Parts: sequence; structure tokens; C-alpha cells
Amino acid sequence: MSGKPPVQAGPTVAAVDAITQGLAKYNFFRRVSWGRLAVIAVPMLWLAVFFFVPFLVVFKISLAETAIAIPPYTALLEWVGDMEEAYVTLKLNLGNYLYLLDDVFYLDAYLSSIKIAGISTFCTLLVAFPIAYLMARSNGSTRALLLALVILPFWTSFLLRVYAWMGILKKNGLVNDILMGLGIVDEPLTMLQTDFAVYLGIVYTYLPFMVLPLYSALEKLDMTLLEAAEDLGSRPVTSFFLITLPLSLPGIVAGCLLVFIPAVGEFVIPALLGSPDTLMIGRVLWDEFFLNRDWPMASAVAIMMLIILVLPIMLIRNSQGKEESA
Amino acid sequence: MKRRSLFLNSSATLGFIFLYAPIIALIIYSFNASKLVTVWGGWSLKWYVSLFNNDQIIDAALLSVKIAFISATAAVVLGTMAGFALSRLGPFRGKMIFSGWVTAPLVMPEVITGLSLLLLFVAMEGMFGWPSGRGASTIIIAHVTFCMAYVAVIVQARLSSMDESLEEAAMDLGAKPLHLFFLVTLPLISPAIISGWLLAFTLSLDDLVIASFVSGPGNSTLPMVIFSKVRLGVSPEVNALATLMILIVAIGVGLGMWQLRRQEKLLAQPEN
Repeated sequence: MSGKPPVQAGPTVAAVDAITQGLAKYNFFRRVSWGRLAVIAVPMLWLAVFFFVPFLVVFKISLAETAIAIPPYTALLEWVGDMEEAYVTLKLNLGNYLYLLDDVFYLDAYLSSIKIAGISTFCTLLVAFPIAYLMARSNGSTRALLLALVILPFWTSFLLRVYAWMGILKKNGLVNDILMGLGIVDEPLTMLQTDFAVYLGIVYTYLPFMVLPLYSALEKLDMTLLEAAEDLGSRPVTSFFLITLPLSLPGIVAGCLLVFIPAVGEFVIPALLGSPDTLMIGRVLWDEFFLNRDWPMASAVAIMMLIILVLPIMLIRNSQGKEESA
Repeated sequence: MKRRSLFLNSSATLGFIFLYAPIIALIIYSFNASKLVTVWGGWSLKWYVSLFNNDQIIDAALLSVKIAFISATAAVVLGTMAGFALSRLGPFRGKMIFSGWVTAPLVMPEVITGLSLLLLFVAMEGMFGWPSGRGASTIIIAHVTFCMAYVAVIVQARLSSMDESLEEAAMDLGAKPLHLFFLVTLPLISPAIISGWLLAFTLSLDDLVIASFVSGPGNSTLPMVIFSKVRLGVSPEVNALATLMILIVAIGVGLGMWQLRRQEKLLAQPEN
């Protein structure tokens, strides 16, 4: 056993040699700089075409008007003329944006998304902290088991985890059965299709995102600091707020961002657990597109969402990344 | 100290109950004979039978697995290139924009990604005649785009935490760049590539919002079929499907953890 090298070099070397020789026929792989260029250019080109350009298209269509056509919007540039005179006319419709600013509905939806995501993020932090703390304080094998228990739901379908709550929260569902069986309530409570169900759904589905960064911050925490505080007469609650909490702040911030960012644009959770009145901007965009078939309006909502919600988040993330590397 | 650890233990236990109670309830209800999902009518496997006879669900599941497989593989190739470019190729012109584009899909709300890609596909069809109509291929392009970001981040993290001395040694011994990559770098980052592929596969398999935007008629993925079924209420067939999926994932995660521990033990052994 001991004489065997960990990597079987022979056949792999031969295969790579064959590939290299094949590629060497083409001039561009013979020189390092060309290979380097390709490694940068291929993913960059892909992202340019399928990530960056789409936003330009969305912006363009947000300035168009709805039309009964395929696709259902008007062209911005129009070619008018004959052999003698020709014009290209540019028609920009700012109406969608004016409407967004004018109608309180959209502003409410943006604010309500931020509110719902914010409250749920805080609740997630409250639920996640004891779990992460217990994990960080456990020894080897218990820790591995708890870690697996936290990660497992993360790999199962998000949609199905949201769906699981429908059976629990509905009128004749599990929670109401238990509460009525114990005689705590006489009438079944309405829990499904409320804002409460949306909060619960967000806390539940994003819990692993909060636990993992908290755990990695708490794991690094130096226990001797807490012991020293105790020796000096500090009460556990005081030590927690003066030592544990400040030292785990990077984990708290990272976890909150990981929960808040996807929660704010959430569609599935308000659609399945929320009431028709639960306003969230992701759902507004979806309805604008799929129900009203108003592509220009949906595009305008998306552009506003980018400016109001996504850009600030990206700036915060960037400044965070710089702080960490500094 | 004693009192605090009691508080800690009980609140963490409640947290784990919260995490698992819905899943366990779902599994138990999937064996319920009653059609009224939450009214118990005895044990039964009939929803599993009706699930396997439901062609719509089976077709959608096969399509989803196919899309997830192709998307994850392509995302791993592109994502590894991007991660490598960011951590090993030094400064280059446009690196700021490049790294911005690579990580931005991670914070982009799904509704925006879906809408923007759909509008791109429609515009491209109008201009170049491609893609003609939408279906599996447009879903794959969309999934590759957002999954490659996750792979790139994982690969980049692995590369920057890795010692460059092995690669330098190989270079000093005269390894050509391609040799160097395939014989030294790739084996070293293979755990990151495997976990990147698995993550991309799961993300693609699970995506409802983006696929709903960019798919065409007659190309419903599994999440789209599930969503249209459960939007109207709880469905016993979906409970059975969920149980099967949880079972597969649990086995997969279990095997993965076991493999990881075995590898760690191998690595921990002293070199002979």
C-alpha cells in the first residue's frame, strides 16, 4: 500500500499530453497569455450576454408602452420615411415611472417588503442564536451531528418546506387540532393566509443561512474571556451583552444579510402562506407580469427595485468585504 | 452557570423541533389514507401509487433532473474558470466589473433575474431568430447564469485559502500551464468543485421563479407543477413526493458527510 502514489499520474499525464498537443496545433493555446485570456473571456462574455445585457433590455422596455402585440410592448425607435426623407423617431414613455411614483400601492409594496424582511430577519436571529451557540459549545461528534441537522433541511426543496406549513397552519390543520384538543381555543384560529404565516415561513426557510455564519463566529469566541468576566463577578447576562454579543457581531451581520437579501424579493412565501393583502414587491412584479401581462410596468417595477433595494445591498456588501480584507 | 445552560439547551431544542416538526408532519401525512389530508384515516401507501401513475409529475421530474444535470455541469465549468480568473490570474483590465458580475447574481431577487432573462430571450428572438420559442434550453441558460456565481464563489474561496507553493513547485519543475491546472490545481480544488456541482444541481432542481419566467408552454419543471397543485391547497400526492425527495436528500447528505469524514481521516494520517 505504501508504495502507491496518491494520484495515478501515468494515464492522466498521457491524456493531458494528448490534449495539449492537439491544442498546440492552434496557435492561441501555445502561449500562456492566450490561455489566460480565454479563462477570463469565456465566463465574462457569458455574464455580459446573460446577466448584464438583460438589464439594458429591461430598462429599454420599461420606457415602452403596453401594446396588444407579440411581444406586448411598443418599439422605442421607429423608422419613418421613404426614399427622399427618412427619420428615426425615438419615443420614450416615462409614464410607467410616473405611475410608480404616483400610485401609493407601489411605494407601500416596497416599504412593506422591507418591513416584513426586517422583522423576519430579527426573529430568525433570535431563533438561530441558541442553536449556533449550542453547536459552538458542543464537542466533536455532537457538533458534527448538530451541523448535519441544520444543513439537511437546506438541501431539501425550498418550495416543499414552505408547503409543509400549509398543512400545519390551515383551519383544520395540525396546530389548530392540538390547540382545540387541549381546550386552549374553542374556535380554530386563522393562521394561514396572514402576515404571521409569512414571517413564520421566512424564519423557517432561511434559518440555516443565519445559523451557519453565527456558528462560525461563535466557534472562534475565546471562552477564557467569559471565565475571566465570571471570576471578576460579572453576571452571565451581563457577560453575554458585553462580551459574546459584540464578538459575534460579524457573524450576526453576515447572517442578517444572507436572510434579509433573499427575503425582501421573496415571491413563493407570500404567494403560498400570505393573504391576498400581503404586499411584497416580488409578488407585485410577478402579478404585473403574469396576471396583467403588462411587461413595461413589470420592467419599471424591476428597475425601481434594483435602485431602491439591490444597489444599497450591493454597496453594503462591498464595504463589508473591504473591511474584512483590510 | 447551570441555569444558563438549561435555558440554552431548552431554547436550542425548541429550535431543532421547529426545524423538523413540519418535515415530520409532512412525512406522516403522506401515509394518510384519508383524502382530507389532515384528518387521519389510517396508514396507506395509496398516494405513492397515485404519484407514480401521475404522468404529469413524472414527466416534470424527468425534465427537471435533465435540466439540473446539464445546468450544474455547465455552471461548474464556467464557475471554475471565473473563480480561477479571480484568484490566480492576478490583476487584469476589467477585474472590478468581472468580480461584480460574478457575485451580483447572488444578491439579485429571482423575479428580476427571471424577468430580465425572459425579456432578453424575446428581444434576441426578434433580432436574430434565436432562441426560437422558449423551453428547456432557455431554462438551462438561465440556471447556468445564476448557478455559476455560487460555483465561482466556492472555488475562489478554496483557491485563496490554498497554499500556492504546490503550484509554484510544479511550475519550477517545468509544468506547462495546462499540465499544472489538470494535474495539480484541479485535484486540489476537487472538493470545492464537487460541492459546487451539488449546490448548483439542487438550486436548479428547486427553482420555481426563474423557470416560470423563461419556460415556454409544455415545458413545466417539477417545481412549476408542484406550485400549481399546492396553490389551490394541500395535496396528498405532493406529500408523498416531498417524502421521497426528503429521503433522497437525507441519504445523499448522509453519504456526503460520511465520505467527507473518511477523507479527513485519510488526510490526517501522517505521510509515509
